Amino acid sequence: MMRSLLRIRAITVKEVRQLRRDRLTLGMVVGVPLMQILLFGYAINMDVRNLRAGVADQAVSATSRQFVRDIEATQVVRFTEQMNSAEELMDSLRRGEITIGVFLPRDFDRRLNDPTRPAAQLMVDGSDPSILNVARQILRMPPPRRQPAQPSAQLFELRNFYNPERRSAVQIVPALIGVILTMTMVLFTSVAIVRERERGNLELLITTPVSTVELMLGKLMPYVLIGLLQVTIVLLVGRWLFDMPFRGRIVDLYLAALAFIAASLTLGLLISTLAKTQFQAMQMTIFILLPSILLSGFMFPFDGMPVVAQNIAEFLPLTHFVRLVRGIVLRGAGIGELMPAVWALMVFFTVALSLAVLRFRKRLD
Amino acid sequence: MAPAVQIRGLTRRFGPVIAVDHVDLEIPAARIFGFLGPNGSGKSTTFRMLCGLLRPTEGSVQVLGHDATQEAEALRRRIGYMTQRFSLYEDLSTEENLAFIAEIYGISGRQRRERVESAVQEFRLTRLRSQRAGTMSGGQRQRLALAAATLHRPELLLLDEPTSAVDPQSRREFWESLFDLVEAGTTILVSTHYMDEAERCHRLAILDRGRVAAEGVPKDLMRDIDAAVLEVTCDHPRAAQHVLNQVGEVRSVTQLGARLHILVDPATPEPERLVRTRLDAADLQASVEATDASLEDVFVAATRRPLETAS
Repeated sequence: MMRSLLRIRAITVKEVRQLRRDRLTLGMVVGVPLMQILLFGYAINMDVRNLRAGVADQAVSATSRQFVRDIEATQVVRFTEQMNSAEELMDSLRRGEITIGVFLPRDFDRRLNDPTRPAAQLMVDGSDPSILNVARQILRMPPPRRQPAQPSAQLFELRNFYNPERRSAVQIVPALIGVILTMTMVLFTSVAIVRERERGNLELLITTPVSTVELMLGKLMPYVLIGLLQVTIVLLVGRWLFDMPFRGRIVDLYLAALAFIAASLTLGLLISTLAKTQFQAMQMTIFILLPSILLSGFMFPFDGMPVVAQNIAEFLPLTHFVRLVRGIVLRGAGIGELMPAVWALMVFFTVALSLAVLRFRKRLD
Repeated sequence: MAPAVQIRGLTRRFGPVIAVDHVDLEIPAARIFGFLGPNGSGKSTTFRMLCGLLRPTEGSVQVLGHDATQEAEALRRRIGYMTQRFSLYEDLSTEENLAFIAEIYGISGRQRRERVESAVQEFRLTRLRSQRAGTMSGGQRQRLALAAATLHRPELLLLDEPTSAVDPQSRREFWESLFDLVEAGTTILVSTHYMDEAERCHRLAILDRGRVAAEGVPKDLMRDIDAAVLEVTCDHPRAAQHVLNQVGEVRSVTQLGARLHILVDPATPEPERLVRTRLDAADLQASVEATDASLEDVFVAATRRPLETAS
């Protein structure tokens, strides 16, 4: 037992020494979280505003002018072009000068009172899905004239919990911890064993008394600390730059992160025992990373995905971590209330580590 | 004394290729035992089976009283293995590498510091203490590798082509270290394709295409060579070689400067006269005399083909 701990420590110390001399990896430890949080925090903005739009108002009535002003007042669009006809709007749309066109026909006022025909036409550049969403917002606008017969314009009052300002950063940043950890943890460990094999170190190691489990645990240790460091970086930057709220207990978040780090590291280790070269290990990492980002609920709402995608997502550690981190950070949930996700990560860790140990042979044949 | 290693009917196939073909060997303890053979003769594969890295297709290996395949883990502590390729960490220094290996073998604390220190002294690594292995010369790396392989005081040391990337001076020093270890009771197995290195071994097995072509004490092997060894000195060695290659009884002709080294079938009566007659017939002036066999002659006589040292 003592010897076993000694060997694990020896591998950890060796790994840390190598890490300290590996400038690139060291840079990634801090660089990846910083770059990611800045990119995602600033660039991903789901609240679309100030889209360039064109208007062709053939009615030129008080009502039509009022309607155009109403649309502009939403701040969703900004009318940059005044056109004369629907054709001109379409041309401009095709050239990409505008993404939304509003066409008000000559008989706009009369059509408003005709329930069988739409009064105006909204032209939308559907090549961008988020713009289509915006268009729906405009479609829901009430008609410009008070109509006494109409009941209350709004059926529901919307109350937005946990992110009242509807800022994307608030949703993105906590889950970003998981994306960053997936990226770095899986990548670092996926090359861990392959690298030793490529450099010839493994042929020596497997003739020593070190056991497979000792070798793997010793290799993982330093990365656990690196992972926790990255969590801290994202939390601090998220707080300073994006004013991210933190409603839960910080201990809960670190516990959740620990479970997720363990699962990600062993996943990388498993890749490392499957890959023959470092390049293959990288490819496999990307193979895990992409579905993680797309299916975990980080980018798109989990419930909105088809069942097949949801089933796949359940096998990705990030899915469970996104649930944990949003629960803890944004909704103030305790880790005890989110145990299913924690168990999922534990199972993941155990299974991946067992598979990695089984895959790894202390032999060359 | 019981043999340190007993190999019986050892065979290893990689698909259709037979790397090691029914090898039987007994390796005495506290001796340097050499495996001489060209690349691909099965040296490395045999070594890997000896330390349990590869499982034999057939046959058995007993190492220090253990079955090398079944009880590989029990053997690990008692064997030191120096791989053909440098396998310590290039981004770690001498002391860091040694300390790491020591701890892997369960040597810690003061004992570890003492072992590392004595290894540093013994293998003349004092000035390289904090130098990273990646920046060392071939000879320096090799001393470090040997220091690491002997840190846990193994009873059996396997050295797979240890001096292939080392200059002659370092090679000589390396062998001095090996003899020190043997004196202390270590059994050493060394594979090589260098004749001068093979000659230093206590015993030698010549491997060819996975088989043992000859085995014994180097001096005996040279004395009991299965061929008559002649030396021909003449003005036109190229022409003479061409003539002699046509003679059925001549097994091989090797040119050494102005001289030709010739192996003749041992069943030939008066081989010198045969050679002289043939050269005279071709109008070539030459002196022919019997000479002592070298280890290379032994190899050629045993395998009926020259040793390819290159690549």
